[in-house]
Amino acid sequence: MATAAPTAAGFQDCRNAWVATLEQLAEADPRIVAVVNDSVGSSKLNSFQKKFPDRLINVGIAEQVMVGVGAGLANGGRIPFVSAASCFLTGRALEQVKADIAYSSFNVKLVGQSSGIAYGELGATHHSIEDFAWLRPLTNLTIIVPADAWETAEAVKWAARHEGPVYLRLSRMPVPDLNIPDRQFRPGHAEIVHEGSDLAIIACGTTVHLAASAADLLKAEGIQARVLNFSTINPLDEAALHAAAATGAIVTVEEASIRGGLGGAVAEFTSANKPVPVERVGFPGFLPTGSTDWLFQEYGLSPEGIAAAAHRALARKA
Amino acid sequence: MLTNDKLPLIRDKALWMRRTAFTMVHRAQLGHPGGDFSAMDILATLYFGVLNYDPTRPDMPERDRFVMSKGHATGALYSALCAAGYFPEDWLPTYMQPKSLLNGHPNRNYLPGVETNTGPLGHGFPVATGIAIAGQITGASYRTFVLTGDGEQQEGSNWEAAMVAGHRKLANLTLIIDRNRLQQGAGTEETSGLDPLDDKYRAFGFDVQEVDGHDHAALLAVLGASPGTKPRCVIANTTKGKGVSFMEGVASWHHGVPNAAQYEQAMKELV
Repeated sequence: MATAAPTAAGFQDCRNAWVATLEQLAEADPRIVAVVNDSVGSSKLNSFQKKFPDRLINVGIAEQVMVGVGAGLANGGRIPFVSAASCFLTGRALEQVKADIAYSSFNVKLVGQSSGIAYGELGATHHSIEDFAWLRPLTNLTIIVPADAWETAEAVKWAARHEGPVYLRLSRMPVPDLNIPDRQFRPGHAEIVHEGSDLAIIACGTTVHLAASAADLLKAEGIQARVLNFSTINPLDEAALHAAAATGAIVTVEEASIRGGLGGAVAEFTSANKPVPVERVGFPGFLPTGSTDWLFQEYGLSPEGIAAAAHRALARKA
Repeated sequence: MLTNDKLPLIRDKALWMRRTAFTMVHRAQLGHPGGDFSAMDILATLYFGVLNYDPTRPDMPERDRFVMSKGHATGALYSALCAAGYFPEDWLPTYMQPKSLLNGHPNRNYLPGVETNTGPLGHGFPVATGIAIAGQITGASYRTFVLTGDGEQQEGSNWEAAMVAGHRKLANLTLIIDRNRLQQGAGTEETSGLDPLDDKYRAFGFDVQEVDGHDHAALLAVLGASPGTKPRCVIANTTKGKGVSFMEGVASWHHGVPNAAQYEQAMKELV
């Protein structure tokens, strides 16, 4: 089994949790299979392939048939985890995701690897910042964006148990464990990472720990920010959003486009239910060349950037 | 067992299906009768001569699968599923009406016997490939058949599936191409030519056979034959609108709908 190797000062590559969990599940349930588009290495599935050679289906560099094959495997009683770089999985095969997986309601788990801007320098073709906007209207597709290794493992376990289509959006960006005591994975429910009532910071995936650090900065200024790990994007936790709106100001943070993603979802919800200022931290569109770290800093996906967005939201608070 | 005993039944069902589909299209004033009628004998042969299924157990794991990739030909598919006993005849008049289970394109969530939702072209063959892979890795005995249009072969996703099926030697998979040589607006060969389709599939690792797609005995022999060692491609040479004189070979009947006089005329011919 792959072991979770810390990469830097307690930061972990969540892909290790993904593949270790998948192997455990596959040992116990012969229906679990993996489908890839020549993405064995980038999905960290080498060890899975060695253990279950017949259950690793590599269709080659062909995303449309990869997703269609996933639907067909589900029709044949398998539980397929279709794993590929999220930019190609959701972009190249979008109509297959819509028609073959979501509309057909097949029990397929789509696993978007290296999502967001993990491939920073490779440019916008390899960034996957549009996937939330593309997939959110597919209302029966549960979208989960784990924030750390623990949540990744829990999300993989839940996806295998859940009967229905799921999109797991994973990253190759190392993140620290959130270290929340007595944690329970509850899909569809936002998790309070930091309590506060002056405003709410709603984050997902790789940005949750940054939002928590931003809350620490704000606390030093006397501002109490509630930080929510909004790991389920579909369906939205409406109760948590009502409570967030009640603070009077919201910041959203995502490693994705600010159009149509988590920020878009929160803005849709609040404008329809309880209008409050919403400051969206994310990416405005196609991005210039740069490392992932540089792009995070440049676009304010940092404790300082998120704290600055919090000040903008608070300044607009009624 | 392949015997010609099945031929009278197939012939009767094909006739009933043609009359039923044309009635559905006439009533709805919507549909794709040209492609329904080119595929009708293929479906009648599959459902009444080849496929192993139980309409009371549409999820039976060992059932043979039929994937209708040319999902617009619901006149053919729904009349076949109804004839096969998947749903009662009194559902047929609801075709394309608000909230009908008989949507313009098939939906497996509503309608028993539908294997996957199709409509956008080039989706059924990849899904059928996945069904066949599931059978291959589990050693299941079921077979998978998928019917595409010929114009549909212009969708690149088919060729991704062809590579995978050929590479994995999916002998439990049969691709049937409804080769009526017409697409929506014109001939396939003047639009973006497909020939030589047989050589293309041979090059992708398929056992290719050509057949008269309206000859039930020939279809039965080819589709009912035991699997070999490769995936099979059956190029069924057909006539769009087959069986109704004024529709045969006329591209505009792709989604043309009959007026009252045309409907009456067709019913006189379909006997």
